[in-house]
Amino acid sequence: MSTITPTADSLAGHGDHAHGHHDIGFIRKYVFSTDHKIIGIQFLFTTLLMLMFGGFLALGVRWQLAFPWETMPIFGQFFAAQGGQVSPEFYTMLFTMHATVMIFLVIIPVLAGAFGNFLIPLMIGADDMAFPVLNMLSYWFMWPAIMCFGASFFLNEGFGPNAGPAAGWTSYPLLSALVEAAPGSGTAQFWWLMGVTLVGVSSMMGSVNYMTTIINMRAPGMTLFRMPLTIWAMFITAILQAFALPVLTAAGFMLMADRLLGTCFFIPAGIVVNNAAPTVGGGQPLLWQHLFWFYSHPAVYIMLLPAMGMVSDMLACMSRKPIFGYKPMVYSLAAIAGLGFIVWGHHMFTSGMNPALGMTFMVSTIMIALPSAVKVFNWIGTMWGGRLVFNTVMLNSVGFVSMFIVGGLSGIFMAAVPVDIYIHDTYFIVAHFHYVLFGATLFGVFAGITFWFPKMFGRMMNEPIGQLHFLLTFIGFNGTFFPMHLLGIAGMPRRYADPYLHPYLEHLLPMNQFMTISAILMGFAQFLLLGNLAYSIFFGPKCGRNPWEANGLEWVAPSPPGHGNFETVPVCYRGPYEYSAPGRDEDFWLQTEPPGPRPETPGQAAAASS
Amino acid sequence: MKRFWVLFFMFWPLLALYVCWVAPAYDWWFPGAAASPLGQRIDDLFYLILIITTVVFIGTQAALGYVLWTGAQRSDEGSEERAWFSHGSHNLEVIWTIVPAGVLLFIALYQMDVWAEYRIKTSFPEEVRNDPIAEVTARQFEWRIRYPGVDAEGNPLPLMPDPQPTDLYTVNDLHVPSGRPVMINLRTDDVQHSFFLPELRVKQDAVPGLVIPVWFEATKSGEYALLCAELCGWGHYKMKARLVAESETSWQTWLQELKAEQEFDGVVETSEEE
Repeated sequence: MSTITPTADSLAGHGDHAHGHHDIGFIRKYVFSTDHKIIGIQFLFTTLLMLMFGGFLALGVRWQLAFPWETMPIFGQFFAAQGGQVSPEFYTMLFTMHATVMIFLVIIPVLAGAFGNFLIPLMIGADDMAFPVLNMLSYWFMWPAIMCFGASFFLNEGFGPNAGPAAGWTSYPLLSALVEAAPGSGTAQFWWLMGVTLVGVSSMMGSVNYMTTIINMRAPGMTLFRMPLTIWAMFITAILQAFALPVLTAAGFMLMADRLLGTCFFIPAGIVVNNAAPTVGGGQPLLWQHLFWFYSHPAVYIMLLPAMGMVSDMLACMSRKPIFGYKPMVYSLAAIAGLGFIVWGHHMFTSGMNPALGMTFMVSTIMIALPSAVKVFNWIGTMWGGRLVFNTVMLNSVGFVSMFIVGGLSGIFMAAVPVDIYIHDTYFIVAHFHYVLFGATLFGVFAGITFWFPKMFGRMMNEPIGQLHFLLTFIGFNGTFFPMHLLGIAGMPRRYADPYLHPYLEHLLPMNQFMTISAILMGFAQFLLLGNLAYSIFFGPKCGRNPWEANGLEWVAPSPPGHGNFETVPVCYRGPYEYSAPGRDEDFWLQTEPPGPRPETPGQAAAASS
Repeated sequence: MKRFWVLFFMFWPLLALYVCWVAPAYDWWFPGAAASPLGQRIDDLFYLILIITTVVFIGTQAALGYVLWTGAQRSDEGSEERAWFSHGSHNLEVIWTIVPAGVLLFIALYQMDVWAEYRIKTSFPEEVRNDPIAEVTARQFEWRIRYPGVDAEGNPLPLMPDPQPTDLYTVNDLHVPSGRPVMINLRTDDVQHSFFLPELRVKQDAVPGLVIPVWFEATKSGEYALLCAELCGWGHYKMKARLVAESETSWQTWLQELKAEQEFDGVVETSEEE
């Protein structure tokens, strides 16, 4: 059994432990907290703030695509020097920072940072993370990163023209390696690299902590195959991150050395940019692409797997039904992660790498659709024959499944190399990853916020507003992103400040305007979420320990759980999905509820359940 | 309200299918039929995947609608029916693993020929394999094209790796003969760019330090868009050029004119009249 955690001594000390820390001050309790729940909530609020900011940047991009070179209303006054218009330099900065903020400061930290922190100890029955101080540091390394990204906006020539890094979130050299290459390639690019390195440090601290905690601190009886899928997903994500991230960090340092020390890891000889001195050379920009995508492709799964796990748990609960195919779900998570390491080259089909590699990467990439398909079938199987509860949690979870189907299927087009020749770097790609990262992940996050909010704050969120938020977001989302498939097929390239310069794209303007209006609608809808959160924290109806009548260990703890989470060490007798078991009055069955007559010791319990 | 949500979830896939169905009528589709044989094969593969994915899309969304509808019935007020207590089905898992695996493997293997023909030099059409027609050099933010030019008798010269005195130059204007495969050597002077001919379905990055051969064939004479598909700086969007495909003879005439224009020294035989 791999289920040992707290020793008898540490269990006995629990109550005292809580009392011992009773008088820690406000700062230690809520700001520099080592409590995983507070850190999780800190991550949640930070990432929601960043979500709004990243959304504004996206609206800037959408404004330019819908109304090119027209003065932006309201926000135009912040860059009045250019007449309130989005200049091409500003436009490249906008989409670069939109992607950077959304990926590094929203999606990754909201899944691993917010939900990972809050849920892992609670769901496995631990009192906290294995390394609480490291955990605190992982949050507080986010802020220097945010500062660096923030600084990159201002450190060229002020906000507006020439501002901000503008090499795309992928920062391909030479655009990012040669200071002269673009207005944003100077100081701004340096601070961008610093920011990426720091979020990397933050993620790494988190992932070490998650792995250690999940391996070592599970409650008695919580075997690996009794773990909720959320925990499996967090575990696999942490492994992915631990193995992939060092490559990005190394690449980042190499790029910084290229910029500051003239090492030329990525710079070939004799390049002349903007009349600067020719480069000394010896390097290759393709090396960056390999290193960058060796991290950033697994990172795509880091941005998705935890949401997949969370949605599995929520779907089972709201269908009042066991998860369909628990083990295939675990294996497919692992398969996605494993295959995720050998598919990075599909970002480089047109890059000029050895074409034979294109074929191998095509096969591995197309095969990654298989575990994804298995997951979709199992989610539908989970709802099949269920007694469905149509609340905000369920709606967002079904939204996740429905949108993920689109994102998964559109991925097959670009996995096929010959088709990718045409659609690569067009809006088809943009459509695809927004369906996965927004359509799937963010709807999963919205569901997760609603589902675990009662555990975080002891109150319920407002249901009608939650449903309205879902309705508007779903409509706005599809209105914004579905037409992008068509733009891509029509050959509209990404990252164009003014695509209508090219006659064959002129007729796409009205469609872009429709998309922008949808995006604005979607942006406004997010205020419903923020308002709902703010209102519910203070005025939401109070809830008990288990408002959803769910099975997981986290629902045994008080809402919100106190320091140390559980009053007594929870003992786990079964998996987390025994909903609607025959022969029981209730349709849920807590993992901690002893089978039959209550056994006296955990040892007997384990024997009885096996 | 439950029924509303089920219909809501079913409405949008129908709308998506409808939009895709009418998209070609509104020109929200490929910029014309592919103007190259390879492009046609790429389009065929696209449609093959589109058919497969559409079937899967309809199937999964319909299944989703079915489970939502029946699940809503079960939780209706007064319904005492409990959820089906099932942990899954081994047989179903096997089926829905093996069947998609077969389909996916087919998709992957079926594509390889086209890719090989497009990118692997030994399967390029023989007549172009070692005979580039021009060198295309991308730079911020234009396309510079170097033709090998013609000798005194008007015979085309071979393209040399380095610039020659006989070379002919244009900017943002690539002329090629139509109806036969041609190959260009793609380079960049500064950052990365990408050589994108949407109507011909051709795309290839230009990578600093590399010379990449790209072949294509314009089936019909005409003017096609040539643009950049890899972020290259603030002016990325305006790397606008054209590809002119014309008959062999008019292409050669054009080269002669270009040569005459380039060798024109500015001395016009009118000085005596002044």
